[in-house]
Order: sequence, then structure tokens, then C-alpha cells
Amino acid sequence: MDKIVSYRHKSISPIIICLHYSGSLNRIKPWFLRGCLLKLLPFFFLEAFRSHVSYEVKDDVAVIRINNPDSKVNTLSIPMQREMAEVMNEVWANGAVKSVVLISSKPGCFIAGADINMIQACRSAEEVTALSQEGQKMFEKIEKSPIPIVAAINGSCLGGGLEFALACQYRVATKSRKTVLGTPEVMLGLLPGAGGTQRLPKMVGLPSAFDVMLTGRNIRADKAKKMGLVHQLVDPLGPGLKDSDVRTVEYLEEVAVGFAKGIVNKSIPLTKRKGIMQKLQDYAMGIPFVRQQIYKTVTKRVMNQTKGLYPAPLKIIECVKAGLEKGSEAGYLEESQNFGKLAMTPESKALVGLYQGQVACKKNRFGTPEREVKNLAILGAGLMGAGIAQVTVDKGVNVILKDTATEGLSRGQDQVYKGFNAKVKKKSITSFERDTTMSCLTGQLDYSGFERVDMVIEAVFEDLSIKHKVLKEVEAVTPPHCIFATNTSGLPIKDIAAASKRPENVIGMHYFSPVDKMQLLEIITTDKTSKDTTASAVALGLKQGKIIIVVKDGPGFYTTRCLSPMLAELLRLLQEGVEPKKLDLLTTSFGLPVGAVILADEVGIDVAAHVGKTMTKAFGSRLDGGNIEVVTTMVEKGFTGRKAGKGFYIYEKGSKSRNINPAAEEILKKFKLSAPPSVSSDSDVQYRLVSRFVNEALLCLQEGILSNPMEGDIGAVFGLGFPPFLGGPFRFVDAFGADKLVQKMKKYEEVYGNQFTACQLLQDHAKDSSKKFYK
Amino acid sequence: QVTNYVMVSAKKFARENLFSLLLVQTKSKKTLAKPGVKNIVLVEGVRTPFLLSGTIYNDFMAHDLARAALLGLLNKTSLPKDAVDYIVYGTVIQEVKTSNVAREAALGAGISEKIPAHTVTMACISANQAITTAVGLIAAGQCDVVVAGGVETMSDMPIRHSRKMRKTMLTLNKAKTLSQRLTLLSKIRLGYLTPELPALTEFSTNETMGHSADRLTAAFGVSRREQDEFAFRSHSLAKKAQDAGLLSDVLSVNVPGKGIVSKDNGIRPSSMEQLEKLKPVFIKPHGTITPASSSFLTDGASAVLLMSEEKALAMGYKPKAYLRDFVFVSQDPKDQLLLGPSYATPEVLEKSGITLDDIDVFEFHEGQILANLKAMDSDWFAQTCMGRKSKVGVLPIEKLNLWGGSLSLGHPFGATGARLVTAAVNRLKKEGGQYALVAACAAGGQVVFDL
Repeated sequence: MDKIVSYRHKSISPIIICLHYSGSLNRIKPWFLRGCLLKLLPFFFLEAFRSHVSYEVKDDVAVIRINNPDSKVNTLSIPMQREMAEVMNEVWANGAVKSVVLISSKPGCFIAGADINMIQACRSAEEVTALSQEGQKMFEKIEKSPIPIVAAINGSCLGGGLEFALACQYRVATKSRKTVLGTPEVMLGLLPGAGGTQRLPKMVGLPSAFDVMLTGRNIRADKAKKMGLVHQLVDPLGPGLKDSDVRTVEYLEEVAVGFAKGIVNKSIPLTKRKGIMQKLQDYAMGIPFVRQQIYKTVTKRVMNQTKGLYPAPLKIIECVKAGLEKGSEAGYLEESQNFGKLAMTPESKALVGLYQGQVACKKNRFGTPEREVKNLAILGAGLMGAGIAQVTVDKGVNVILKDTATEGLSRGQDQVYKGFNAKVKKKSITSFERDTTMSCLTGQLDYSGFERVDMVIEAVFEDLSIKHKVLKEVEAVTPPHCIFATNTSGLPIKDIAAASKRPENVIGMHYFSPVDKMQLLEIITTDKTSKDTTASAVALGLKQGKIIIVVKDGPGFYTTRCLSPMLAELLRLLQEGVEPKKLDLLTTSFGLPVGAVILADEVGIDVAAHVGKTMTKAFGSRLDGGNIEVVTTMVEKGFTGRKAGKGFYIYEKGSKSRNINPAAEEILKKFKLSAPPSVSSDSDVQYRLVSRFVNEALLCLQEGILSNPMEGDIGAVFGLGFPPFLGGPFRFVDAFGADKLVQKMKKYEEVYGNQFTACQLLQDHAKDSSKKFYK
Repeated sequence: QVTNYVMVSAKKFARENLFSLLLVQTKSKKTLAKPGVKNIVLVEGVRTPFLLSGTIYNDFMAHDLARAALLGLLNKTSLPKDAVDYIVYGTVIQEVKTSNVAREAALGAGISEKIPAHTVTMACISANQAITTAVGLIAAGQCDVVVAGGVETMSDMPIRHSRKMRKTMLTLNKAKTLSQRLTLLSKIRLGYLTPELPALTEFSTNETMGHSADRLTAAFGVSRREQDEFAFRSHSLAKKAQDAGLLSDVLSVNVPGKGIVSKDNGIRPSSMEQLEKLKPVFIKPHGTITPASSSFLTDGASAVLLMSEEKALAMGYKPKAYLRDFVFVSQDPKDQLLLGPSYATPEVLEKSGITLDDIDVFEFHEGQILANLKAMDSDWFAQTCMGRKSKVGVLPIEKLNLWGGSLSLGHPFGATGARLVTAAVNRLKKEGGQYALVAACAAGGQVVFDL
């Protein structure tokens, strides 16, 4: 069931607020020490005790450098803020200093955001609000600084980092690809809580400010300049007398110092001359009625997208509104209070948990593989094969794309080309980079060159005998170290590996379609798969930019197995006469990114039928639900889903509205079941679907398919679209209460039997409320 | 006045290749001759005056300039028009009507139509490429007498219709009926009429050369002051050389209706104070390259006469120098674009078995020369970027470009290479040196040794 198509997690995608794992809160409290030492040591000794912030005065410019010790990134932690405040006070007190440059000593990071641990350590909304207010105060001082402060930005400038920069009088950023600005707080269920909701609208205008804060997306430097977020851009430098990264930062500092002096001697203006469009927009925003309309439209759009399930975007709108309509004092108050409230919501906790899981799933816990995969061959140039090629070939890996027919091959190569060409159009790469990248992709029909291949990923038809055939063909032509990865969505890997001479080199790599959009990669190991093979597969997946979960072999592994009972239940609900549109509405209002019926159409009715059969065979009646005949009849009639233009819905090119497929409705009528009223309320419909999904996920942990709940949550959210604000099935059980879930399931069990029998693990948790998957 | 110094903002003309060539004075005892390889000599070199684009050569096409250089060379050497075996020219922006500009120039100069000619291109070292092509032809025994040169005019450039317009026009050619034509014509939109200028950016990186150069100077920490000083030096030295009559390679060219030109017109010695006032042109406002520290757009042509030593002696010529060795190297077009000389210099020296100290005359193209000097003097750069154990060394600036360079004399892309070689040879003669090294960056790098 790899065809989980075309939706992206709007609320959680590459997340960026920074987590400070070194746990700065728990370390020795240096300020405590300092209190004693202050009296003993001469003034200049003080600097030695600052570990996060340092400064030097160049001519009349104070250059303040931020550098969190023991971390790759800078975060706004408590010690950092305190040292910053001290340094600022010293600088302000120093009459010889006429201006300030604020810069990071880390090559790829300005300030990546607030320290999440700092927020997580708080026990109440009031505590978080207090944190926010402290931040606001500090940035207010920066904003009102008597001497100009220039923020020199290289690398990520996110969340609190951006809010810091916004408070400065002038901003210079490098054009490096690593330089991104943004407020990703919304993805963690939070809001920019240190003045961001107040300063951004004033700086870039209401529409852009909402766009930045509500999407949380990363903004590249050139775009930031256009928006008015930064004043000047600086080019990254190549290697010269020093390493390119080092010299670029030095250069940025030199240029920023130049600007700082320029601002002081008035040769550099602080305000930008506004264009006509900008003036028009400002004029329009001055009209209360226009602003009201904007709030309304934005709120409506947010409600549409989130179904009201995510509180953060609405709070962001409230804060902006308060600041603009009631004055900045009210705005800042609203911001800090809402920040505190949001930090305590289960939604935010779930999203933060997902972020942490995502960071963990971007690491290779199997170590560095003995050999790097430099040459990869992909068998089958279909949607999947070509998708895998696309995400690999631009990572410095030579890719052979092999198919059996020219038509298929050419379609696949076109798909890859289109993918890169789209990037050219978006200007994220040049046409030249597209061409050189495409030159690393070889399309072919035979096995020539396979003697140099380090790994083969097969994406051929889901049929065991075909898989065996290609496995044998591949092993005959590849070197002994070559790994054979199979991109199957359901066939047990050990069955495929049975035909292998080198089963230790066989592994499952389950990608999700469309491969270039879906972030998850499920890697499946058998008992025989060697650790180095796993390490190699994970390393390649990470190179491809995937979030990876590694699971044990078994029918349907983890993701397909969770989805399967839910689809079976969906079918039964359809047979019981629930309208597809209503089912979709119920599932999206529960938080799924697309309706469950549409999902089935996207996956493919034939695929669903195939998987359904296999899974029932493996697990017996427990995985039953609706009558499989319904789907087989549909497949016979050609209603295989979106790809065929007809499934439960009719899909027409160019038309966005979907209509019910009347012929499918007919089939459903033929197999109509009566809906037992005791378990057919809207809420029951939702929980019948969800409880089977969740129960199966827990079963996977119980059986050892999953090695931990975190990977289960990541897999469900990033691979199957489990509602991100619930954090995944495991976090859902924690928050919802295992006992409550078991109660619901018991009710359904009475009607439908063993399909709703709660697994042992769930029952254990239900009995003992202190048992949680997350502490 | 400064506005005339419109700089070359086309990185296209300075891609990743680098060149250096070693020349040896013919009187020298240690000739670095290689056993079994013919001695190849430079008999004479000439060039038209290099003029600011849009001035006196305004109405010339490239082949007019190339012809002037060719004729001037033939006259100066009294070489019979049928004694030439082959002609090679380098150019960068091709005039589509005369894409083999060497052939058009040769025919126009009255050289026998039976003598073949071809045109090469390699950005700023196109003429160097022409010269080494000639060296190859002679060394291989294919030819004995070859004229190599280069030409560029920036007063006229092929400006094209947009791709959409071109497509429509080409389809229009094939349309048979009036209605078909009208349908096609009706599809033309205003936007189709936007012209397409010759690419001002490096094709592979989309960066203009000036921009790239500014980044390079920053990477090597070359200050604005250093650049201003170097520009000042270049103009002052060029002025001195011009006044002293040292630029003997410059021909007098009669431009119809505009009289005879016999001097370069871009040399403008000014003062440091004036230079300091100039604003950066590529990266604003914090860049360091100004109109003065970049070459202005230039028109001009150059040519050299190369022969095998036996042939030259047999024809009664006194060769000026041996062309002893050369290398071309290539670098990353993004970050190392203009570092040719740094890479090519040590290679050609090692090939010839001499050291930097042995060189008496350095003629380097003045595109980002300061960054190159710093690169050659850096152990870090040598180890990290060049894969060498230690730095190349300090280049003695008192031996470098003593008669001016590309900043002051101008830089007609295709023609500069031959100017560098001739200047090096003439300086060797004048200064009594033994070895000369020519290096240039662009789409290439070479070293010239003069004996």
C-alpha cells in the first residue's frame, strides 16, 4: 500500500525550531558561581566566565558573538539570554561604542530558535508566559537601543532567532543555501512568543506576516530581502586563504561592521524606500475594514485546513489582531499569554514529540556502513522506481534505472526530469544543475554495468515469483557485497529472501508514494539481514532525506498492517450505508489529512483488495471487516481508484469536485449490511476506524515488529497521515486514556467480535493508568 | 569620465580554464630545449591599438580588426602572403555572419584562398589557445609558418530576438498560405519582442563575472585600497611605457573616415583620491571592485607569427623567443573562476624544471591578479585547493606587467592572449632577461616561457 498519495503534512514538515539536547538547564548553574566570584575578580576576568556570548570592540563597533558551547546550533536558552543581557548592558554603558554587530560563530546557524527544553521544563502556562515576557522585554530593549544593532545572519535564523533579528535595527544575511529565516513555532503548536506576532506584520505587512507565521515555512535569503525581512544580502565566498565557511562568516562580519558604521554616519539609511505596491498595501492596511476582512479570510482558511483541530494558528491571528487593533501593549500581553496557554495544550506536546521523534529518526543508529553506496540500480521505472531515482540521483549517487520496456523506461526518466525541472522553475536549482544531475542517471533495459552496483532497489510488480526471478537475475550479475533491497508494501521479506544466495544482503525498503513528497521510509529487516546491510540502507535513506523507521519483518510490516484493518472497517461502514462523503468528512474532522474513502481510491482499490486478502490470510478473521467481494467486484469493473479515473468517486481531469461513482454505489447496495444502531453514531464511526488502527499499532509493538513507540508514532504520522496533533497512535493512547479506548472497543467487540479485541498491551495500559508510552 | 570604464560583467568570458606559457629568449644559453621536439619560435607580434568600445572602432566588424592585425604583421615582417601555412584566431563573442573570423580576415587580407584558417574560443584565453594550436601544428610537422591571433569587438554584439520570436519566425518561413501566416503573426505578443543580449552570466552558475570576481577578492581578503593601488600602478606604468615608446607592438590603423589611430585610448592615469571616490559596480554597496579595478569593454585585435626555428632561420628571420612550454588547467567555475595563474604557474614551471626565481619577466592578465598573488603565497590554499605540499611562492611584483596590463591597456577578450605573449617577448628583449612567464585566467590558463 505504498500509494498513499499526494498529501503532505502541512503542520509538520521539516521542522526547525531548535532543540537543545545538551540540557543546559541541568548543568551547573554558572550564574550561581558568578555571584560569588564577582566580588573576588577584577572586571575583565568576567568574560572568561561567559560561555555563550562574547564580544570585542572593533574601532567603535562592538561585535557580539553567539556560540553555544557543546552544540552544533545556537539556541535561546536561559544562560544565553542572561549573558546576552549582561553583554548588552556593558556595551550600552561603554561610551566608545557607537554601534553593534550581532553575529554567530557557528558556520551554519545564527540562532535556530528557543530552547525547547526550557519550555518543556515549565509546569504551568504562567511559567511559560513569564518566559515569553522575559524574551519580549529583552527584545524591546534591543529595539529601543540608543545605538544601532546590525544582525549579521548566516545559517538558520528561526523562531526566537528571527524574533531577535527583527528587534535589531538592521539585518544583513548571507545568500548561502543554509541561510533560512522563518517562524516554525506553529509546527510545534506554538506561536512566535517573543514579539514575533507584533513586529512581523509591521515589517512585512499583514498578508506576508500571516503567511510566514501560519505556514512556518523556511524563507531563503533572497526571498527574505524581497519581503523586507532583511536589508542587505552578502554572497557566500569560496575557499581563499581559509576554509570557505570560515571566511564567509568573517566576510559577513566585515560587511556588517561596514554597515554599522554607515548607519552611524548616516550614509546607510535605515528605512527602505517603498515601491508603489508597497505604499498601496500600506494604505489599504490602514483601513480598519480591510484589516477586518483579512482577519476573516485568514481565519476561514485556517479553519478549512485545520478543521479547528490546531489551536496555534487561531491564536496567532488573535495576537496579530490584538496588536494592530488594541495597541502594542495589548498585543504583547496577548502574545505572551497565548504562548503560555499553547505550550500546555496536548496538541503542542504531541507536535513537539513528533519533532523530537523526527530528529531521532534522522540518525543512523546502526552506525556507519563499511561501504558507501555510490552506485545504485533501481529495477522498474514506474512511479515508485522513478521516484526513488529522483530522490537519489541528486545526492551524488550514480543511478541506473532499469525497466523491461522502452515505454516504461522513458516515462520514468521523464518523471525524474519533470521533478528537477519543477525545481528549476522554482529557482531552487539552475538548469545546469538539473542537467548535470540528470547525467548521473542512466536508463537501460539490460543488466550492463550491474557489476559496479553497490545496491539494487527493486520496485517491480508485487508478485512473489516475479520478485524471485529478478532477485536471481540480479545476484548473478552483481558483486558479492551488493545489497538487494525490495520495495514491497506487503510481501514478507523473508519469503523474498528465500530465493537469495546472500540473504544477509536482503532488506526491505518501503517507500511511500509520491516518493519525492512523502518523508517516511520504512526499512524492514529479517532475522538474517546483517547489521551492515541495515546500516547501509539507513545511510542511503538518510541521504535521500527520509525519516526512517526500522521494523522487523512480518506480513504488512508496520505501516501496511495498521492501515489494513482500518480499510477493512471502512469497507464495512460503506456497506452499512454510510455515505462516502460523510465518511470522508468524519475522518478529516478527526484529523486525517484526506478522507478515508479518498485515501482508498488513492491507494488503489486493487492494491487494497490484494493487501486485504494477504493480510486476512496471515492474520485470520481478526483483520476482517467489510466483504472483500465488494472490492473484487469493483476491480472487475475497472473501478481501481484514482489512477483509473473511477473508484468510489469519479475523477475527471481538470475538475476539482468529485462526484460519487453511481456504479460503485450500486455494488455497495448489493452488499448492503444493516447498521447496528448501538455502534453507528458519528463518533462511533470515527472510533471504529481509529481503534482498529491504534490497536494494530500497539500489537506491532507487543510483537516486536516495532522497536519502540516513537518509531510507531513517526511511521503512522509521516507514512499514513495519522493526525499529527494527536502525535501518533501511541501518544494518542496516552492522552486519550487506554481504559477509555478499551471501553469503546468492548462495545464494538460485542457487535463484531474479535476484530475489536484489545491487544494485551492495550489492556495492560488500561488496567494500570500509570503505564504510559511516553513519560 | 569614469563611466567609460564599463566593466566586463560577463563571467562568461572568464570561465574555469587557466593558462600559462613559458617563453625563452633566443640568445639565451639555457634554452630548455627538449630532445626530439622542434624548436618553435616567435618571430614577431603586433596588435591594433586597443580602444574603448563605442569609440573609434565603432563601425568596424570583428574581421576588420582581425584583418588589420594580420596585415600589420605581414607588413612588419615582410612575410610573403603565400608563405603562411595556416592561420588561427581566437574570439569570444562570435559575430554570426563571420563565425570563422580567421578565414574572413585572411581572405580580406589577400592571403591565398588555398591557405586554411580556423577560429577557436576559450573565453579570455582564446588567443592563447590560438597560439598553442599553432605550436601544436608546428610541433607535429604539419606546418612551418603559422599566424595566430585574436580579436574582439564589444562595439557591436549579436543581440537576438527572443526564443519565442525566433520560433515564430522560423515557423513563418514554412507557412504556405496567407491564412497560416496570419494565424502565426496573430500569436506574436509584446513580450516576444524583448531582445536577448549575449549572456552576461556564466552559463553553469548564473553568476556574472564581476560578481564572481568581487566574491573572489573577498575570499582572499583583497582590500579596496590594494585594488585601487594596483589599478593606479597599471595605468601609471602603461602611461610611462606608452610615452617611452615601449609599446612597439601597437600598429597604426587607418579607420575610414576617422583617421589613423596608433595609440591605446584607455590609459588614464589618475590619482588615488579619484580612485577612492568610485563606487563599487558589481556588489552594491559593500563590494570592492570599482570601474577602475576592472577592465573596461575594449575593441582590438592581435597577431603573432610563429615558425619552426629552422624555417625562421632559413627565411632569414631573427626569432625573438622560443615558446617552450605551456599548460591549461581547469577549475571549479563557481568559486575558483579567476584563479588560473595560481594553478597553471607552478605546473608549467615544474614541467620545464625551473623555479619562480628563474623568471625574469611576468606578464599576467590583470583579471583578479591580486587574489592570485595571495593564493600563490598561501600554504593553506596550496594544500587545500591545489593538492601541493607548500605554497607556490611570492611573485616578484617588480617583474610583473611593467608596461601596463589589462586594466589600463584594455581587454578585448579574444585578443588579450597574444598581447600578453608579445609584451613578454618584447620586455625580455628590452630588459635582457632570459625567461618570461605568461599567465591568464578565463576559460583557461597557460604559462609562457620566453628564452
